[in-house]
Amino acid sequence: MANVLDLRRRIRSVQNTRQITKAMKMVSAAKLRRAQERALAARPYAQMLVNVLKSLVTRAEVYDPVTGEPRHPLLERRAEKNILLVIISGDKGFAGAFNANVVKAANRFLEAKAGNNIDIIAIGRKGRDLFRRRFPYAQSGTEEGGYQRSAPVEIIGEQVGVLNKLEFGQARDLANEIVKRYSRKEVDSVYVVYNEFKSVIAQRLVVDHVLPIVKIGEQDVEQFDQFSQEERQKQAHAAATAGIGLRAPDTSEQDAHAAAMFGTGDYIYEQPPERLFNDVLPRYVAIQIYRALLESVAAEHAARMTAMDSATNNASDMIDSLTLSMNRVRQASITKEIIEIVSGAAAL
Amino acid sequence: MADNLPDKLQIEIVTPERLLVSDEATEVQVPGISGYLGILPGHAPLITEVGSGEFSYRKPDGKVERLALHWGFAEVLPDKVTVLAERAEKASDIDVEVAKRQRQMAEEQLKDPNANQEEALRLIERAKTRIEVAGRHDSSMLNMIP
Repeated sequence: MANVLDLRRRIRSVQNTRQITKAMKMVSAAKLRRAQERALAARPYAQMLVNVLKSLVTRAEVYDPVTGEPRHPLLERRAEKNILLVIISGDKGFAGAFNANVVKAANRFLEAKAGNNIDIIAIGRKGRDLFRRRFPYAQSGTEEGGYQRSAPVEIIGEQVGVLNKLEFGQARDLANEIVKRYSRKEVDSVYVVYNEFKSVIAQRLVVDHVLPIVKIGEQDVEQFDQFSQEERQKQAHAAATAGIGLRAPDTSEQDAHAAAMFGTGDYIYEQPPERLFNDVLPRYVAIQIYRALLESVAAEHAARMTAMDSATNNASDMIDSLTLSMNRVRQASITKEIIEIVSGAAAL
Repeated sequence: MADNLPDKLQIEIVTPERLLVSDEATEVQVPGISGYLGILPGHAPLITEVGSGEFSYRKPDGKVERLALHWGFAEVLPDKVTVLAERAEKASDIDVEVAKRQRQMAEEQLKDPNANQEEALRLIERAKTRIEVAGRHDSSMLNMIP
């Protein structure tokens, strides 16, 4: 049996670990709160943009009156042959199964779409590292015709270390790149895999169909995974102990306000509605990607908070059991000493 | 008819990051993509694309507020002006030194034949607007557009 000193040393070491995980949990909770606020702050803009688009659809001749074909390339549906997949994971680990889940969902998507050419844009270091091992990078500088793929699945882009200081500009640049590829018909559809985060208890992993735009203002979810009951309970426990509200803050008033904007009356259009529509549509893609990034960041912090909460609990359990066995060892040695004294006295 | 006209405009400027401005004004100037628009309360409903330029408005107390806008949309209603701006900064928040440095960098990029010329022009335009807007921060005149 281990001696008392060893056990005491182990307890101290676990205590230190517990302190660290606890601190990490609180830091993640603070970051989660901020991420949630940012996601909320982005909503009025998104909502109004959707309203503008919807009102423009009724005014502009978006669809050809004769054939019913959409006139804007981003609305055009083509047979899927080349697919672009944007994978949003995290930059850091220690977040439970967060990154693994994203990768798993992406893999499932890749299997489902096997047979097509798939280009990957990986955002976040963890996902990038995993996919880099499995798939080759696309050869650069061969954009103009005659490009030979080296494999059906290739990585064409990555962004690492941007999630920490996320700005709309980054989402817009990414969206511009995607829109450019789509308009040039290099890809026939665009999907985004990310962890959707509405609130601590309303999360799921989704594969969003971003392009072509099927219906403005509505998500087109290709595949999704709900969180398990157990996972949700853990998340809820972590959130409760870190002082984070379980449900998303009530935004119905704000939403109603945003919904009332644009697209209500009859307007004078300074520019032809068609032109306005063409200018807004790419921005719609940008705001969707921005939202996906924001929610993924919030989900990552929530996952890390949960993981650290579990780690803290486990450390506490370990300290309890170690303390128990330490006391037992100490008691055993005391008992032994007493027996020795008593039997020594009896021998006299 | 004239009695029904509102005497104030509600102003809202929304960016993807947040609701930047929510204020009242008696007079607004919007940098429309096809030219500046002066708007008074009671304007007919209008939608316009907004280019890169200065957005200014006079508050009921006579003070003028300025913002640098970079691409967006404006909706004008008789008693309301809402701008959806991709980027917007209040004049007081603009760092002129940073803007000047950005302009210099963009100008150098313009000289480089391999660089993205369009992008450089846009950056110069943006930096110019920011410098101008910041420079007029203290002025109380609304119509300063040359």
